Amino acid sequence: MSATISDGSGGGIFTGKRLRWLAAGIVLLNGFFPALWILATAFKSEIELTAKPITWIPHSPTLNNFIAAFRDQPLPHYLLNSAVVALSAMALSLFISALAAYAIARLNLKYRGAILTSIIAVSMFPLVTLMVPLFEIMRGLGLLNSYWALVLPYTVLNLPICTLILVSFFQDIPRDLENAAMIDGCTRLGALWRIVVPLAAPGVFTAGILAFVNAWDEFLLALSFNPAAAYRTLPVGIQMYQGEFSFPWPTISAALVIAMIPVVVVILIFQERVVSGLTSGGVKG
Amino acid sequence: MSGVSLQKVTKVYDNGTKEGVKIIHGIDLEITQGEFVVFVGPSGCGKSTLLRMIAGLESISGGTISIEGRVVNDLAPRERDIAMVFQDYALYPHKNVFENLAFGLRLRKFSEDEIKKRVNDAAAILKIEHLLERKPRALSGGQRQRVAMGRAIVRQPKAFLFDEPLSNLDALLRSEMRTEIKKLHQRLGATTIYVTHDQVEAMTLAQRIVVLSGGNIMQVGTPDAIYNQPVSKFVAGFTGSPPMNFLQGSLGVCADTATVLLTDGVQLPLAASWLPRLAGAHGQEIEFGIRPEDIGIEAGAGFGAERAAMSGTVVVAEPLGAETLVTFACAGGEVIARMPPSVNYRPGEAATIYVDMQKCHLFDRANGVAL
Ligand SMILES: Nc1ncnc2c1ncn2[C@@H]1O[C@H](COP(=O)(O)OP(=O)(O)OP(=O)(O)O)[C@@H](O)[C@H]1O
Ligand SMILES: [Mg+2]
Repeated sequence: MSATISDGSGGGIFTGKRLRWLAAGIVLLNGFFPALWILATAFKSEIELTAKPITWIPHSPTLNNFIAAFRDQPLPHYLLNSAVVALSAMALSLFISALAAYAIARLNLKYRGAILTSIIAVSMFPLVTLMVPLFEIMRGLGLLNSYWALVLPYTVLNLPICTLILVSFFQDIPRDLENAAMIDGCTRLGALWRIVVPLAAPGVFTAGILAFVNAWDEFLLALSFNPAAAYRTLPVGIQMYQGEFSFPWPTISAALVIAMIPVVVVILIFQERVVSGLTSGGVKG
Repeated sequence: MSGVSLQKVTKVYDNGTKEGVKIIHGIDLEITQGEFVVFVGPSGCGKSTLLRMIAGLESISGGTISIEGRVVNDLAPRERDIAMVFQDYALYPHKNVFENLAFGLRLRKFSEDEIKKRVNDAAAILKIEHLLERKPRALSGGQRQRVAMGRAIVRQPKAFLFDEPLSNLDALLRSEMRTEIKKLHQRLGATTIYVTHDQVEAMTLAQRIVVLSGGNIMQVGTPDAIYNQPVSKFVAGFTGSPPMNFLQGSLGVCADTATVLLTDGVQLPLAASWLPRLAGAHGQEIEFGIRPEDIGIEAGAGFGAERAAMSGTVVVAEPLGAETLVTFACAGGEVIARMPPSVNYRPGEAATIYVDMQKCHLFDRANGVAL
C-alpha cells in the first residue's frame, strides 16, 4: 500500500477528496450531533428518553417540556439578562476594537508588531487565572450582581479577537478611500465610521457574532459574579432546573433549545449581510 | 491673485535615524489663480508627496503652503477647500454614483435642493447622468474616472489636485479624457495641479510645467519653454516622444567659429549665434542634443539655412503611418530621426543625414547644464 494522499482518483478509502469529506464529516458530526440530540430530546417525554432501544425521532412529540421550562424557572427573565449582557458586550467590544484596529492598521505605530503579539498573548490567558483578580476588581468597584459585572469582563475578553479580525479587514481597505473622505469633509474618525467600518462590514459582523456568542455562552464568570437571581443569565439559569435528586433532561433540553434560538437568529441575520466583495469597484481593480 | 503658493517646502520622512530621510528639498512655487500647472518627473521624485502635502494628506516638515492667500500648514484636508482625483479613483464602493458626488456636499450641510442641482449639473457636464443610480463596481474604468472628477467639481473648491488620474486607462480613453480635462478647465477656470509622468499629458494640458527630480525643481516654464529651451539635459531628455538624442563630443572654439567635435572625427559647425555663449569653452566636454524632428535626410528640405551633414548607417526603421522613426548609427552613438513616411530604408544601409544646427542643444557633460 503506497497510495498517496494527494491522489484524488485513487481507490483507497483514505485518499484525496474522500479524506477531506471524512474530515468535514467529523467536524460536522461533532458540531451538530449534540445540538440535534438536544433538539430531539426537547420533544421527548421522560419515559421515551429512558426507554430502550433509544429512539432518534420522537415517537409522540410533546411541547410539555417547553411548558415546564417556562414554569419551573423565570426563563424570559434569564433571556432578557443574557440579551442585555451579550448585546452590550458586543456593542462595546466592536466600538473599542474598531478604534484599536484602526490605529494598528493605519497609524504608523512604532511598536506595531509588539502590540499585535501582546494582543494575541493576552487572548491566550486561561479564564480561570483571570477569575479571581476580576472578582476582586468587581467587588472593589461594587459591581457584583449587576449587568456591568459581566459586560465589562466580557468586553475585555472579546477585545483581542475582535481587534485582530478588524485589523485584517481594515488593512484591505484602500487608504485613498479614507483620504478622499477626509478631503470631502470628514474628520479622521468620521472617515472611520462612514467609510472604513461600512466597507469592513463582513469583518465587523464576524467580530460581532463572535463577541455576542462568547458573551451569551459564558458560564464561569456569570455564576461567580452575579449569583443574585435578578441578574442571572441563561447558562447559569439553566443550571437551576437541576434539583437535588433530579436531573430533568427533557426540560433542560427545551430550555437549551430556547437559549439557542437567539444565537441562530443573530447568525442568520448577520450572515445575510456578510456580503463578500463589497469593496470591489471603488478602486480600479 | 495667488492660487497656491509654496515657500521653501520640505518633506522629511522618519526612517529611524535622527535626521530622517529628506524627500522634498525646499520647493518654491507660485501658482496663480485659475492656472493649470503640471508636475512631471520620473517615478519616485516626490510628485505625489508634494501634491498630498498641498492636500493635507501628508504633514509639511518645513516651509509654508498657502491656498488663496491663507496658510494651510496646520489645516486638516477638509478645511483646505480643495478637491482631489486619485489614480485609483477612490470611489466609495458602498454608495451609488449620486451619493458619491453628494457625499462632500452632505457633510458640508448643503440643502437637498442644492445638492440635487449641483450633482445634476456636474453629471451633465461629465455625461454621467444615466449612471447616477449605479454602484461604482458596475462602471467601466473611464466612467469611474468621470465620477471621480464629478465628485471633485460638485464642491466648487479653490483648487483641483489630480494624481495621475489617467494612468489606469487604455491609450484611446486616456487621450479622450485628457481632452475632457482640458475642456473642463477651460470651462471652470479653477486652479489645477496635475501630477503625471506622461510628458504628452504634461505638454498638452499645462499652462506651466514643473519638472521635478529627486525632490527638487529642475525647471518651471510653459510647455514651449520646457520643450525648446530646456535648462538641463535632464529636462531635455524628459520631453518629446521619442526624446531628444544625445551624442558625446567636445567643443572647438576659435575667434569667429565654433564647432562641435563628435567621435569618429565628425565635425558640426555651430551657428554664429552660439559664439557669445561659448567664450573660453574651447575643449569643453559636452553632450550634443538634437530632437528627432530636427534631423532630415535631404539638404535644405524643410530646414533652416544652417545644417550640417553626418554619415551614418540605418539600424532600424519604424513606420508609424504619419511618419517613420529611423534609428541611425553615427558619430559613435545612435540617433532617432523623425522622417516622412515615404522614406524607404533597409537596415545596414549607409545614409547621409542633416542636422538643423539652429535647433541643436549643448549641455555640459559633467553637470548636464545647458550652455
Ligand atoms: N512613508 C514614507 N516613508 C519613507 N519614504 C517614503 C514614504 N512615502 C514615500 N516615500 C518616498 O518618497 C519618494 C517620493 O515618493 P512619491 O510617491 O511622491 O513619488 P512620485 O513622484 O509620486 O512617484 P510615482 O511616479 O511612482 O508615483 C519615494 O522615493 C518614496 O520611496
Ligand atoms: Mg505618485
